[in-house]
This record gives sequence, C-alpha cells and structure tokens, in this order.
Amino acid sequence: MKEKLIELLQQNARFTDKQLAAMLGTTEEDIRKEIKLLEEEGIIKGYSAILNENLADKNTVIAYIMLKVTPKRDCGFDELAKTVMMYDEVEAVSLMSGSYDLFVTVKGKDFKDIALFVAQRLSTIEGVLSTSTHFVLKTYKEKGIFIEDEDADERGLIAP
Amino acid sequence: MIDYDKLLSEKITKIKPSGIRKFFDLAATMQGVISLGVGEPDFQTPWSIRKAAIDTLEKKRIIYTANAGLASLREEISAYTERKTGVHYDPSKEVIVTVGGSEAIDLTIRAIVNPGDEVLIVEPCFVCYAPIVELMHGVPVPVKTYLKDSFKLRPEALKEKITDRTKLLILPYPNNPTGGIMTREDLEPVAEILRSTNILVLTDEIYSELTYGRKHFSIISLEGMKERTIYVNGFSKAFAMTGWRLGYMEAPAPIIKQALKIHQYGIMSSPTISQYAAIEALTHCEKEVQKMVSEYNIRRRFVTDGFNRLGLECFEPEGAFYVFPCIKSTGMTSEEFCQRLIEEQKVAVVPGNAFGDSGEGFVRVSYAYSLKHLMEALRRIEIFINEHRK
Repeated sequence: MKEKLIELLQQNARFTDKQLAAMLGTTEEDIRKEIKLLEEEGIIKGYSAILNENLADKNTVIAYIMLKVTPKRDCGFDELAKTVMMYDEVEAVSLMSGSYDLFVTVKGKDFKDIALFVAQRLSTIEGVLSTSTHFVLKTYKEKGIFIEDEDADERGLIAP
Repeated sequence: MIDYDKLLSEKITKIKPSGIRKFFDLAATMQGVISLGVGEPDFQTPWSIRKAAIDTLEKKRIIYTANAGLASLREEISAYTERKTGVHYDPSKEVIVTVGGSEAIDLTIRAIVNPGDEVLIVEPCFVCYAPIVELMHGVPVPVKTYLKDSFKLRPEALKEKITDRTKLLILPYPNNPTGGIMTREDLEPVAEILRSTNILVLTDEIYSELTYGRKHFSIISLEGMKERTIYVNGFSKAFAMTGWRLGYMEAPAPIIKQALKIHQYGIMSSPTISQYAAIEALTHCEKEVQKMVSEYNIRRRFVTDGFNRLGLECFEPEGAFYVFPCIKSTGMTSEEFCQRLIEEQKVAVVPGNAFGDSGEGFVRVSYAYSLKHLMEALRRIEIFINEHRK
C-alpha cells in the first residue's frame, strides 16, 4: 500500500483521507497512520502545488544550469552543493553523472536577473570551473502532470 | 419511388437497433456533457506496440496475410493462451485472427447456429449476441443473472433453460456491463451440466486481463471443456487497442475449419499492420498491462465506494472496467434515470436494460476515465441523487 499511496499523493496531494482509503481499499485510520509515518521518516518532505508558470506569474524565468566543479579532498561534492543550494534563487540541486557535476535549477524575474546571478554568485564560488545556462522556454509536463491542456477525449460519449 | 421496405431483408429490418443509440443521440445534442458511458480504455496503446506498427509501415509491404492470420502471430496467440489457461491450441488448425473480438463472436454464431436452434445468452451482457443469433434464424434464450448472486451464472438457472434444441451457451465473463466474474468454483458446476450434453460454449473473455484481486479463470481450463468450447479474446481491452480491430478465436479444428470459410469470404484477412503490432503486445507488454490494471483497480474502488456512499447499492465488481449500481431506490426506471441525469447534471451513463431485461433497475458506469474526471462526475451524480431522494 505504501508505494501506491505515495504514487497517488504525487498525483494529487489534496486527495482526502476518505478518498485515498476508498481507492486503496483500506480505512481512513490506516491512511492517516501511513501518511504520518511517511512524514516522520522524512520520505514525504512536503506538499507543493504544480503550477503552469505561464498563467501563474508572467515574471518568472526558470533556467537549468550545469556546473563543472572541482571536488574537495574530504567531502567530495557535498560542500560545494550545499553552498549552491543556500541561495534563495536556487530551486533544486542534483549531483550528476556525465560531463557535468551539478545540475542547478534557478528561478528569477527575467533572463538578465538569472544571468547576473550566475555570473556574480555561482561562477565565483571557489571550485566552480565552468557554468552552462539553459533557459526554459516552455514546460509541457512536470511531475507527471500535463502543464498545457491535455488532448480532448476523442472517444464517443456512449458506446457499448 | 423505390419501396425499400419491400427490398430489404426482413430479418435485418426486424432487428432493433442497439438500445444505447437513443442516449448517444441525446448526449450528442448537448453541450458540456461529461461521460461515464464509454466501453473502451482511456489509456493510449503502449508505445512499443505503436512503434511496432510504425516499423511495419516503414519496412514491410502491407499485403493480405494468410486468411487465418500471420503464422507467427497465431503461434504467439497459442503460446499466450497456454501461458494464461494451460490449454494448448494448434496454431495451424485451431486459431483464427479476427477483426476484433466482435468478428470472432459473429463467426462462431454463424458457424454453429441452424434455424430454430436455441442459444442461451447469459444476461445482462454485451449487445451483439442476440441480434446475430436472430440473423441466423436462431432463437436467443436469455439466462438471467442477479445482483444477489453478484451476477454470476447459477447452474440451476442454466439447467432450467436447456431444451432439446439448445445448441450453444454464450458465457460473457468478466462481464460487460456488470463487472461480474466466474471463478473456478463457479464454473465447475456449469461445466458438469454441459459435459453430459452436446451443447457448445462460446466464452467471450475479452476482459480476461482486467480482473482485480485474483487472476481470471477460463472455462477451457476445466476437464473436457476445450472440445466443446469456442474461446474468444482480443487486444482491445487488455492492450488498449480498440481501434486496431484485432481479436482471435480458438476452438477445435472442425469448428475453425467452417468459421474460417466465413472469415475468408467476408474479410479475407485481418488488418496486417495491427497483426504485426499484436505480436509485440503478446510478447513484451505484460508490464504495461499490469500498470493499467493497477490504475483501473484504484478507480474501481473509488467509484464503487462513491456509489455505495450515495446509497445506490453497488456490488464490488471484480472484472472489466464497469460498475453496475442499482438505482431502484430512486423510484426511476433505468432509462428515466439516465435521461434525467444527462438533462439535469449532464452526466452520461448507460441504462442497464440496454444489456438485457435483467439489467433493468441498474445503470452501467464506466471507470475508464481519469480520477479527476471520475471525481467531477460523482460530484454531479451526488447532487442529482440528493435532489431526487425519496
């Protein structure tokens, strides 16, 4: 049940306990317990809304920035990643395999705002060798949810 | 002026159009209708199947296949059936690839029924059996099933309808529209009755992959049943391939031999592109099917719970993707209920009597829709029920 519950909450964290209990064939009590456990164990870190940024706020620009860095002797990439993630502008940081080391998601007011942030903040951090900035032009799907309207249901209204 | 009434086949003009048609026409004239009325999956056909079709278009000539279907596909169908049921059919003599499960049903009835033969049809059921029997000048004999039995066929009900003229029993499980299933224990006594007769069985198992909580069990797996059974299945429901029009029938060679003639003269061969794609479906898509089943299962529980909460008794269906709530408590007939629901709340569901008289007092609700869609539909149905509560 745990896996299915997580899956459903990722689809829509606002399903009520009652609805979740019905869908998973269990009691509301069990759902409440399981969610509490997931939260306590830190498996569920929080609940957030998935936005269509175009509609929600016209003054937001998102960029993905690939950083090449020099790992430190004692702590590898962790210390640098932690420095990067402390900035409010940074939405997400991941360590990557392949030709880049850190994958950073940055949110800003406009292109210039982000360009300045990268130039003045990120690229100046000690150990950062290079940056490569990619602006998001349009998002089609996020966290399994279609951002633009889904295709209309082409099936007939009634069929045997 | 041509008087068409005099020219057309008497038989076909007397056959009633499907009872669903009326609601289809009504729904089509209205704006903003949300439907729970469709009998096909909302999932897209798994990508690898579509890719196999694209590759076929790119690399192969799209020509007729053998009448019975591609040999390689028949082999896979045979292997698949054996994996699922433990029963072996000879791909060269006991399998025909058909244009959907529908054609397999048509072939079976046409290959078997003589004028005056009685065909037992377990109701409520899919709409096509009785009209095809009538076209063959056969006599459809409904065998009713009931909510109190979870819409299972009871051996006593079957026994009661058997006469000297009984030729065929049509066994549609997992069932459209009720969602009922037949377990091994349910089928044993039915098989026991049939073993001592010459009655054949058409088992329509198009929903066999869509069962919840337990695996589907086929009557062909029971002792002595393969020789008297025509097994019908297809790709539409399990693999979300309705528009590909592909199904199959498996049966003893003497039956297949006659059915193949009808198929040969009427169809030639089933769609070639679909046949190549179907090989991919049978060999590589178990995981995708399981994913769809798991999603249907969540919706099934949600919708069943929703109707029971509204006070419309709804037994827990174990197969297909329908629930079949009882609406008798509203004091309306199935047709009244459906008509007023669509007019007042713009939700389309199908009246149970469209699937046979024993469906009266029920409506068929499909849950082949997203949870979001189902939640909105249930919200509207709740308003409707509260307004009409007696």
